[in-house]
Amino acid sequence: MLSGMIARVTGPVVEAKGMAGARMYDVVRVGEAGLSGEIIRLENDRAVIQVYEETSGLKVGEPVTSTEQPLMVELGPGLLGSIFDGTQRPLPVISAEHGEFIGAGLVVPPLDPKRKWHFIPRCAPGEVVQPGDVLGEVQETTAITHRILVPPNGGGRVAELAEGDYSLVEPAGRYEDGRPILLSQAWPARIPRPCQQKLDPELPLITGQRVVDTFFPVPKGGTAIIPGGFGTGKTVTEQTLAKWADADIVIYVGCGERGNEMTEVLEEFPELVDPRTGAPLMERTILIANTSNMPVAAREASIYTGVTLAEYYRDMGYDVALMADSTSRWGEALREVSGRLEEMPGEEGYPAYLGTRLAAFYERAGRVVCLGRERRVGSVSIIGAVSPPGGDFSEPVTQNSLRIAGAFWALDTSLAHRRHFPAISWIRSYSLYTPQIRHWYSARYGEEFETQREQAMKLLQQEAELQEVVQLVGPDALPEAERSVLEVARMLREDYLQQFAFSEVDGFCPLEKQFWMLKVILTYHQACASALRRGVSLSQVNALKLKDEIARMKEIPGREAVERLEKLQAEISARIEALEVTSA
Amino acid sequence: MSLSLRKGEAPKVVPLVRRDYRTATYVSGPLLFVETLGHVRYNEMVDLLLPYGERRTGQVLDCSERHAVIQVFEGTNQLDLNRTVVQFREEVAKIGVSFDLLGRVLNGVGEPIDGGPPPVVEERLPITGFPINPYARAKPSDFIQTGISAIDGLNTLVRGQKLPVFSGAGLPANELVAQIIRQAKVRTGEEFAIVFAAMGITHREAAFFRHQFEESGALDRVVFFLNLADDPTIERLLTPRCALTVAEFLAFRYDMHILVVLSDMTNYCEALREVSTAREEVPGRRGYPGYMYTDLATLYERAGRLKGRNGSITQLIVLTMPDDDITHPIPDLTGYITEGQIVLSRQLHRRGVYPPIDVLPSLSRLMNLGIGKEKTREDHRNVADQLYASYAEGRSLRKLVSIVGEEALSETDRLYLKFAEDFESTFLSQGNQDRDIEQTLGIAWQLLSAFPEGELKRIKREFIAKYLVAKEAEGEQRGGTTRHKD
Repeated sequence: MLSGMIARVTGPVVEAKGMAGARMYDVVRVGEAGLSGEIIRLENDRAVIQVYEETSGLKVGEPVTSTEQPLMVELGPGLLGSIFDGTQRPLPVISAEHGEFIGAGLVVPPLDPKRKWHFIPRCAPGEVVQPGDVLGEVQETTAITHRILVPPNGGGRVAELAEGDYSLVEPAGRYEDGRPILLSQAWPARIPRPCQQKLDPELPLITGQRVVDTFFPVPKGGTAIIPGGFGTGKTVTEQTLAKWADADIVIYVGCGERGNEMTEVLEEFPELVDPRTGAPLMERTILIANTSNMPVAAREASIYTGVTLAEYYRDMGYDVALMADSTSRWGEALREVSGRLEEMPGEEGYPAYLGTRLAAFYERAGRVVCLGRERRVGSVSIIGAVSPPGGDFSEPVTQNSLRIAGAFWALDTSLAHRRHFPAISWIRSYSLYTPQIRHWYSARYGEEFETQREQAMKLLQQEAELQEVVQLVGPDALPEAERSVLEVARMLREDYLQQFAFSEVDGFCPLEKQFWMLKVILTYHQACASALRRGVSLSQVNALKLKDEIARMKEIPGREAVERLEKLQAEISARIEALEVTSA
Repeated sequence: MSLSLRKGEAPKVVPLVRRDYRTATYVSGPLLFVETLGHVRYNEMVDLLLPYGERRTGQVLDCSERHAVIQVFEGTNQLDLNRTVVQFREEVAKIGVSFDLLGRVLNGVGEPIDGGPPPVVEERLPITGFPINPYARAKPSDFIQTGISAIDGLNTLVRGQKLPVFSGAGLPANELVAQIIRQAKVRTGEEFAIVFAAMGITHREAAFFRHQFEESGALDRVVFFLNLADDPTIERLLTPRCALTVAEFLAFRYDMHILVVLSDMTNYCEALREVSTAREEVPGRRGYPGYMYTDLATLYERAGRLKGRNGSITQLIVLTMPDDDITHPIPDLTGYITEGQIVLSRQLHRRGVYPPIDVLPSLSRLMNLGIGKEKTREDHRNVADQLYASYAEGRSLRKLVSIVGEEALSETDRLYLKFAEDFESTFLSQGNQDRDIEQTLGIAWQLLSAFPEGELKRIKREFIAKYLVAKEAEGEQRGGTTRHKD
């Protein structure tokens, strides 16, 4: 085995000598404690290593050994419902075996090697299988069937394959040339898993969040970023999406964030029920928790571990959503390691390759035709939170992410201060996907969905302009028609865009309800506008007390929503139309 | 016992093996470079013997086969290259912890300075600690009643939370923290023990806290770590770590509820920057090192609760925003790690409002875990949302009024304007009163009753029916706690 010794320690970076023959990005064990790390630079017989664990106490002269393997992610049944750290160590096992605090040099297998899974073959002995072909199935959770695939670098003629209960180390069969067929496989985290073809993302990822689904949708296989200063609700938004997005699998990467927040997810998800399958949400979720006090280098790895897991389930034909909270912490980990390597700094001390790395990560999203003979389509959508220092979006991580991501949900500090949540600014945000998924919406709701969206957007835009005038001359100076625009825009903001994530009824708003809610508000607007044209005064309309009803729309349960909102809409237009002009 | 007793005694523990070097080659700022024969540990503690018998301590920041870079906690003044002896202690920084530390006053690195006997050491623990396994954490959920309306009502603190107070120079952050410590209680009645880490605060401020504890009779439940303004700057890098190690020990070994006060983190960050600059590292924003986020996280994240254990660590962090700038790296990075923030406002302070808490930028992320039925009251969330929304509206109208005058406002708008005034003068301003949560919510309902029901969009109808009526009858008897301006 290849081994050398520590020559220098500085923070999370260790230099080892006597490492001739080592390869870049191979995993090594450092010091007597056996801390794991990864080679990130080679110089003659010297290797520079980023260490995934706390390096305090490492001594110059201690041994370093290479595992001669890159950072691998173990893939197989049992992943769902797990919680891993950044390098795929299962935290519950660490906690059970080593106590509440994470010590140094612990090596724990990611998946339980003893647990048996019932395997049902889907191909017969004698068949020649190619990468991506389904060898068989395992019922991993009540809702998810785990397809055991031929690894991208495997294949051959199947000699034996039998139904039965196998653990991850017992072969379920073998190939003709004697290689065993196992239920699990390993894949290097930093290398994207191959697919046949990338497709255009044209199906929306329904999130049940009005501001997202209606105004700034993201498709299955798309990418979105959520930048925002602290306290603007990045984490709550990410968690809400993790709860409600209509993906088959959700991978939540807590990258350099708070421990207590991860605990909330951990305690909450097993209790929450997936509205579509009725199973606990945890059964479709994998959590990766690398909190801010855990070592930085593992934080850097956590993103790759997450996306590799996502690609694995994508390859089975599932729609996977990856939430990364927060990519800025990942960028900072890059910066810290780069600084220790004494690389020439780019903007704000970030390495010059920040943009490339970010792009490479986000490009692992997509809707693809998977490998294998039978046609399967799966997708990975990536939603990354960004934490710009001081809430200033001009900083490098935000700017580099903006160049790649297709949807931009800008969180606004002033909205958050007013407790307007989700604090997604309707003025600054955008989604480049609207034209691609327009087709899907119009197939269900006709062109009206689109026109409503445009109309509402226009009203909000108009409000922003009118507000500037109001700031100068006061609202009384505006003509009634414009004052009514202000009122409707306020309705849109307060009664439509605002959505309390923890509300039982309003936490998830079905698309039909969104459509009808918007329709009610716009009906009010049109009725009001035409009444004003007839000469009715604004105070007459206000006297009808319709606003209260509109404000309470959110509280209508999803099932009754369409019916009741239809009624409300009819009532609004009837009552406003019935108003008579009083002689002035 | 006196606060003015100085540090400087030799460390108590003498390791068996020790290697002495007289090979210092370079001194710059707080750093000393030593030629070694290797075998130096990263973050190892070092003793420096000066020719006149003085002893200083340092820590290895970078070690290679030939060199070690040492940060000297007491500074490098009077060090010379030829005669300074460097002794490596063969271990990382540790602190002796014990139950007996309660009631003691220690210096910034954990040595007693109160003239008392050396504490009996139960265990010696590395001060950097280990990260808590997120899986082993328990969700914080116990409401801490601080008796301060702006906190209890709108930014509720729960046990196991880390909540900073963003202050500005001259704002009463310490008074506020002292009041919180004095009044903090949980429904079950368990008491808090306090671990207080002073970093670079003045003698006057330290004495103020001590006096406060003395008055409330809490002194024997306090561990004081004092690194005052005139103490060695670099030593402050150890102070919070020592304090948190003691806190962890008391919380998870003795099942105690610990309130850790870190004051003032701005001074800590300055020390961090000083070392980073001396090492000629690539500076991040405003010269602070790029790893400051991680460094702060390793402190702040040492708050919380563990599954199956009774104890808890709650952190109250004081920091001074340079030039009242909340986007400055220190408050900014802190805000990204802590579970919310309490922001003090100079404007309110000038108007005589105490505590001058600006509730709009303030936030408690764990509030929802600590409030509601059985914890505080069922209407708490709704009331808080409504207060926020109405006060925000009132504040933005204030700006408008300064341009167009009050006459241009509608009837409803004037209600909001009046509400903002009353909110500040009755809800926020409370002086030294200790209000329980019922009182706080009572005042809130009273203020909200100024609005027509239709404006109370954030409150469920059932709560309006229940509490808005109930309140009017109560209004008179609560008269003592509310002071209307008119």
